Amino acid sequence: MRKVAVVGAGMTLFRRRLQETGKELAFEAARMALDQAGIEINDVDAVIHGTAPDAFDGVHMKGEYLADGSGGARKRYMRVFTGGGTGVFSAIAGWWHVASGLADVALVVNEEKMSSCQPHPQSVFAYIWDPILDRPLKPNLVWIFAMEMNRYMTVHKIPYEDIARVAVKNKRNAAGHPCAQLADANITLDDVMNSEIMAWPVRRLDISPPSDGAAAVVLASEDVVRKRKMKEHAAWIRGVGWCIDSTMWTDRDLYFPEYVARAAKMAYRQAKIDDPRKQIDFAEPYDPFDYKELHHLEGLGLADKGKAGLMTREGVTERDGDFPVCPSGGLMGVGNPIAATLGIKIGELYWQLTGQSGKRQIPNEVRTGVCQAWGDLMQFGSVMVMGT
Amino acid sequence: MMKVGIIGVGITPFRPTTPEFSWKELTYDGAQRAYADAGIDPREDVDTFITCAEDYYEGFGIFDEFTPDQLGAVMRPMHTVGGDGIAGLANAFMIIQSGIADIAVVESHSKASDILTYQGIVAHGLDPIWNKPLGGHPNLIAGLEMDAYLRASGNTAKDCAAVVAKNRQAALHNPIAGHAARVTPEQAEGSPALWAPLRTLDVAPLADGCVVLVVASEKAARKARTTPVWIRGVGWATETPSLETRDWTTSPATRIAASMAYDMAKVRNPAQAFDIAEIDDRFSYKELQHFEALGLARKGQAGKMARRGDLEAGGKFPTNVSGGSLGCGNVLEACGLHRLAEAVLQLRGDAGAHQVDGARTAIVQSWRGLPAASCGVAILGVGR
Repeated sequence: MRKVAVVGAGMTLFRRRLQETGKELAFEAARMALDQAGIEINDVDAVIHGTAPDAFDGVHMKGEYLADGSGGARKRYMRVFTGGGTGVFSAIAGWWHVASGLADVALVVNEEKMSSCQPHPQSVFAYIWDPILDRPLKPNLVWIFAMEMNRYMTVHKIPYEDIARVAVKNKRNAAGHPCAQLADANITLDDVMNSEIMAWPVRRLDISPPSDGAAAVVLASEDVVRKRKMKEHAAWIRGVGWCIDSTMWTDRDLYFPEYVARAAKMAYRQAKIDDPRKQIDFAEPYDPFDYKELHHLEGLGLADKGKAGLMTREGVTERDGDFPVCPSGGLMGVGNPIAATLGIKIGELYWQLTGQSGKRQIPNEVRTGVCQAWGDLMQFGSVMVMGT
Repeated sequence: MMKVGIIGVGITPFRPTTPEFSWKELTYDGAQRAYADAGIDPREDVDTFITCAEDYYEGFGIFDEFTPDQLGAVMRPMHTVGGDGIAGLANAFMIIQSGIADIAVVESHSKASDILTYQGIVAHGLDPIWNKPLGGHPNLIAGLEMDAYLRASGNTAKDCAAVVAKNRQAALHNPIAGHAARVTPEQAEGSPALWAPLRTLDVAPLADGCVVLVVASEKAARKARTTPVWIRGVGWATETPSLETRDWTTSPATRIAASMAYDMAKVRNPAQAFDIAEIDDRFSYKELQHFEALGLARKGQAGKMARRGDLEAGGKFPTNVSGGSLGCGNVLEACGLHRLAEAVLQLRGDAGAHQVDGARTAIVQSWRGLPAASCGVAILGVGR
């Protein structure tokens, strides 16, 4: 197995309705990542693309459509798709392109343009359900996640304030992020707790809204890092893991994401981590809803079951706390263009580990980080551990 | 680089329609055939699963959700590839080469008979600003491409008709084929015109079906109950999606993918290197175009070979003796896996009535179908 490093990352502005086409967004992000790595597209052996449902853009075979914008034309070009999990998963696919020896330099580009879906991207989510058992009930994602949040709160007797604190922390963290859609340095707990109820117990400010954007990272083999003298700005991929649970979401107890725990176990084994809370310095778990950050911290083994809310309340997960979580501002603060969250997960790990996070830089020294994404029907987890 | 082989094959026979099966049941059927062939238990022995699928074909927003149960992949590492079966094989190959898995399963299926608006779906693959608004049936792109290719290469519509007759008839010997028929070149040439020079019988008809492959590291393959078929080389590439600027005549994606696979397999003279070929023929001219792009014949020669009978089962270079997509049916993203599976059966000597005697090496090529310009190439062999 060859060692693989992230040597550059880029992301576009995340906004509700961007004027650029998906191809242009992909191009911008790819260009930034290549510039940061100090290489050109001709140096890239393979391009890996990630983007969530085709129906957002209304384009069948969306990966093909975005190939030229992503730099994939006349190259080895691969699209992988694991729903929301794609944000981290495409980088895992990038990792195996390089680790296997089939590529020395790989460019991973994720794009999402949700605003082309009218009147609201939620209408696409009408088609993600089992056509016989679920679809006739006309579910939407907010009320499904409300069920999961409710179950999580009920099992562990977690007060709503502990969950709302995550929204406050992340939206404040995002204040230093140049791409952020929802940064608010002055947001208070009351603002979140008094926001409109969408589907009880989920309130408006518990949710990251739809967004447009793209992100990209450049991966390189150890040889390339040495030959091109990239060591100063390289962060190494130590472990990868992914896992999918059954389609039948109604059959599982939603209080704990077992699939995330298994994905994390796979990544930790590879990274030789047996005590994650001690051996990992910070985390970027997937936080499309504020409760998901807590849920995922528990899945990742970074908090005991039901105790992640306490960590937030005690300030442990603040940027200057003992264990910073979502120092980027996360999806809650920066935005949620599904697959493009690559920039807030893999991208942020890279920038933090190489000291390039600017205003968002964690004050304490960080040497190992973990990021995670979550997708499909509350069903899929992808995890990556990176270190210096 | 470690050796990686295919140790199990499962094909749910292709049919124009399968009203008694849901797509999940089709997949389950293919999977259990592959697991029985390889002699493995998916819940114990398989380290990672891959499905090749595209949302619009499936009729779902996020099809990845629906992949694990019917494969026995629940609570296991599994992902979807938005691509043809050879792209899935390439991922399995890389994951195994990376050292994090010993056995990978690659699945792809088609439930085309569930699709009410196939033409509309393909049209949604066109650029939404420049091309889709022009309207019309998307197969007109195939007509234009066929015209451009025939003019540039010197092959003729008669050559394409020979391909149609060859593949439809070859499929008569293949029990999984869904569209076998005793078609003559004259009938193909006389079939109703669509978009000149494309005719009705030049188009591979859609079919339902499922194909599952079990892929293993050398260590695991040596323990398998079947003869491992080694993946000597694999390659994939994409040409630009832009219809305005792409090369319409020489399938550059096939060329780039082939050169990657040839480098890996150390093939210097492809025309002499293989006993059989299974290459994409979703439109008759595509077989000739891909054959030439792979370097198996010089430009303009593939048509003559088809008419001389060189590409038939008893000919110099048996090509698509399975019946190809023209004879077995177009199974959408499963086409690449189908051809891989046919090649594996040939190399193992398990192809039955359409067995080519002594076949030990094979080249397999796939294309993603209209309007995509992505192709994959795999080189397979048995023995050392």
